[in-house]
Amino acid sequence: MNLTMNVIEENEKSILNVSGEIDAYTAPKLKETLLPLTKEEEKTVEVNLENVNYMDSTGLGVFISALKSAKESNSKLTLVNLQDRVLRIFEITGLDDIIDIRAAIRGGNE
Amino acid sequence: MEEVISKNASSYKRLLRSYMESQDEQALYGVEKVSKAFIKNNILPEEIVNLHIQAMADICKDLTDEYKHSMNFLLEAMIFYGLAMQEIPLLREEKHVLQSEISVAASMQQTLLGTSKPEIEGLDIGVISVPAHQMNGDYHHFVKGKDGSLGIAIADVIGKGIPAALCMSMIKYAMDSYPEESMSPKSILKNLNRVVERNVDQSMFITMCYAHYQPEESKLSFSSAGHEPGFYYNAETDTFKEFDTKGLVLGVSPDADYKEYELTINKNDMVILLTDGVTECRDGDRFIENEEVLDIIKKYSELPAQEMVENVYKHFERLQDFQLRDDFTLLVLRKNM
Repeated sequence: MNLTMNVIEENEKSILNVSGEIDAYTAPKLKETLLPLTKEEEKTVEVNLENVNYMDSTGLGVFISALKSAKESNSKLTLVNLQDRVLRIFEITGLDDIIDIRAAIRGGNE
Repeated sequence: MEEVISKNASSYKRLLRSYMESQDEQALYGVEKVSKAFIKNNILPEEIVNLHIQAMADICKDLTDEYKHSMNFLLEAMIFYGLAMQEIPLLREEKHVLQSEISVAASMQQTLLGTSKPEIEGLDIGVISVPAHQMNGDYHHFVKGKDGSLGIAIADVIGKGIPAALCMSMIKYAMDSYPEESMSPKSILKNLNRVVERNVDQSMFITMCYAHYQPEESKLSFSSAGHEPGFYYNAETDTFKEFDTKGLVLGVSPDADYKEYELTINKNDMVILLTDGVTECRDGDRFIENEEVLDIIKKYSELPAQEMVENVYKHFERLQDFQLRDDFTLLVLRKNM
């Protein structure tokens, strides 16, 4: 199964749209794209997971690394539009307490 | 090598001529055999192109110069394929060496992480753990305390394969060093969290559920570090309840705290602990929902615990497009008196 991604750069914000499945085979690809974004100073990195219908625990590893790297560069990592199945994994692992997650699909800024 | 080529050169020419005349299947079948003989003898692709050039020159006397030049061009292009092919036997041999090293490591892992199912009066225990690949990133461990209590750990390394498996050995030895009876599940997890946070690679994390059972009081206390929630089966009401445990995975934050939960178990009640390899089973593209896993467990719940977990695994294994994507561990405790 494939994973496709595209990055949209706005002023202080990078939006990473991800679609497909995140598993042991595709996670390295996600990491390769996501980590450099979190290394930029003082940015908001928003990952849109609306079209991700499956993620296993390897995906979590990528997001934890991204969170650590974002903190180091004073940037912010936000995950948006998670499907229930994917959200559940973040909840079980307690990571929803330390990663900024906005599950519901909604438009505009809060 | 020369010998193989010259031996097959005439049959190649004959088959080619026959195919050019009638495009018959028989010739294609014949050339497949010739080709296999070449592969077996490590004949390089450019040799075959060369053979083809010579055969064509014999068969058709009026070949154009363009054709001849194009074939020489192809010959040149194939040379690099030949060079790459020469590496194959070497790679095969290296792969073989690696494979046998991994299988040594896998059996060493089994010895290091081995745990035996303890005999506890009044408790029927069943456990199955199947790795998706050679080495298992799941881990379960039983400790029987001097006071007759039982400690049970079930864990999953996030990150797969050999590094994950090695990481588990560290966890086991950290746990072995704790004075079992004196520690509660939440303090065991808090301690392990620090071990993992300090010692493990940034992108590797561990989920664990630790449970402690006291037969005297029929009391189970447990804590979870981001582990796939287990289930409690109440025999009286014939219902399953998912554990509502929350806690951060081990190795993310140095000061994580864990909550401890308590449960009193009655006769024929069951506690089911598992890893996400069970809940993320798939039948082709279809995910298997938790309810289905529970239905299957229920279906075999009349059996002794060990036969029960084995039958549950076999059930999934039998699904048509089943492929074990992640290590699968299922552990069942049943109070039988």
